[in-house]
Amino acid sequence: MTAPAATAPSATRPTRAPARHRGRFGVHLFLSAVSLAFLAPLLLAVYASLRPYEETARYGYFSLPRHLSFDYYRQAFADSGMSRYFLNSLLIAVPGVLLTLFLASFVAFAVARLRIRGGLVLLMVFTAGNLLPQQVIVTPLYVLFNKVPLPYWMSDSLTMYDSYWAVIAVQTAFQLGFCVFVLANFMRTLPREILEAAIVDGAGVWAQYWRVTLPLCRPALAALGTLQFTWMYNDFLWGLVFLSDGDKLPVTSALNNLRGQFFTDYNLLAAGSVLVALPTIVVFLLLQRHFIAGLTLGASKG
Amino acid sequence: MPNTRARRAGRPGPRRHTRRDLVVLGVLLGIPLLLDLALIWGPTLASIGLSFTTWDGIGDIRWAGLKNYDNLFTTYPQFWPAVRHNLLWLGFLGFLAAPFGLLLAVLIDRGVRFSRFYQSTLYMPVVLSLAVVGFIAQLILSRDQGALNAVIGGRNPTDWLGNPGINIWMVLLAACWRHAGYVMILYLAGLKSVDPGLKEAAALDGASERQAFFRVVLPTLRPVNVIVGVITVIESLRAFDIVYAINKGRNGLELLSVLVTDNIIGEAGRIGFGSAIAVVLLLVSLGFIVTYLVQELRGEERR
Repeated sequence: MTAPAATAPSATRPTRAPARHRGRFGVHLFLSAVSLAFLAPLLLAVYASLRPYEETARYGYFSLPRHLSFDYYRQAFADSGMSRYFLNSLLIAVPGVLLTLFLASFVAFAVARLRIRGGLVLLMVFTAGNLLPQQVIVTPLYVLFNKVPLPYWMSDSLTMYDSYWAVIAVQTAFQLGFCVFVLANFMRTLPREILEAAIVDGAGVWAQYWRVTLPLCRPALAALGTLQFTWMYNDFLWGLVFLSDGDKLPVTSALNNLRGQFFTDYNLLAAGSVLVALPTIVVFLLLQRHFIAGLTLGASKG
Repeated sequence: MPNTRARRAGRPGPRRHTRRDLVVLGVLLGIPLLLDLALIWGPTLASIGLSFTTWDGIGDIRWAGLKNYDNLFTTYPQFWPAVRHNLLWLGFLGFLAAPFGLLLAVLIDRGVRFSRFYQSTLYMPVVLSLAVVGFIAQLILSRDQGALNAVIGGRNPTDWLGNPGINIWMVLLAACWRHAGYVMILYLAGLKSVDPGLKEAAALDGASERQAFFRVVLPTLRPVNVIVGVITVIESLRAFDIVYAINKGRNGLELLSVLVTDNIIGEAGRIGFGSAIAVVLLLVSLGFIVTYLVQELRGEERR
């Protein structure tokens, strides 16, 4: 960041340096204040979840702890069988994300790189589809899924309704639009010469997509993958509407069902919320490195 | 235009695509398109159709003309408050949360120390589901057990989430908490890809930092601006989970999405009427969607 400044005329440097230092201090003050404000609700939830409710009730939220334990977590996790719901979320979100990224990147490739005829119309159909409110399509889909038969090895309900397939299909169809939009925008910024060179070398459409374009899209795919995972994991409407068997619910929807049980004790609710939030936070923190590495990779390229 | 392009790209041989290429194109464009049409656009059209009926989900589908819409605009008491709340949501996210996110991104992008830490912290709320945000909001804002009242003290605790004059603002704050971080991360990604030479050139030309930002950097972020705008509109119109987690979207927290859900999955079973609300939501969304896409199209032609 500072390297290019060294090449600037030296006359401008001495006059600017002090102002920048003062500015930095203010920036730090502001950013740390905002960060603290952003973290406070989460920290409070974590703190509350570790203390017995009677203690919070008697001494207040901001008292020093007398007992700290993971009792509420055990209670939320074991007694309400959340491990099962976590697995359900994975069974839906992982194939959903992979499928969405794969299909969307191909559509984006066709529109932005091959520039097929009618590409813009295609882009509009997908993008507009993603912007529709979910409630608009719920009822007809419910009727449709009840009418689509599936073999027993795919769905024990013998229909698409009340199977993971229904939720995966809706998630994928719905999120395609967003991914197509973002990826098409990204692919337009890629140099065309690379693709043209590949065409001269005789690469077919598949090779142009899989071997030439997709590797260049890694940063965008990583960013989208993170976003998509959190969205699919966090969505609770689809699970609630298209799954009737309580054992198949993803964890966000399940939390909604367990609400009655949780609301008798706010500290238990805090533990449940933290548990549900944990996987997305972990995924984000793990992928963040890859994410930022990808972004700088993209930046140094241009 | 397509002709000239085809000729240019077709240089290597007389035919641009082999048969295998066409199969790949057909299958890999066909599957997503089929999914989109069958699961998104088909049901949308079906909803529009249902909005002209008095279907209860079980019995016969009977045509009702515009009766549902008439009821909605004139007699359904929750409709206009819900519209107002959705607009408020849009204004709040668009004019407060999004500019705040941009500000955070710009400050972090200046390369201060600990920027990774700030970035992770500010992004954290985004990975939470709105339902969880709703639960945490209750933890803090509940009248008798909430942390905020515990801090303020006083004899008469405020009912932050129960008082219909206050609760919408509290919920908007919670929504901003998530949205600002989201906008920030999008702008950060955009800012990282801005050529530093541009800023340098502007500085050499004597532009102040502020001028350089508004005249040079921001225009190059146009694709990000568009995405942020679209996302802000979607989030405002789709807002649902957070109010549903708090009080099922009643008593001052009405939203169009809640009214639809109440009517079609609630005990009422008024699918026709619920679809009519959904169509209103759809029309408002489409207004914004079409505006954006037209703008995008114009940009395409100029490029």
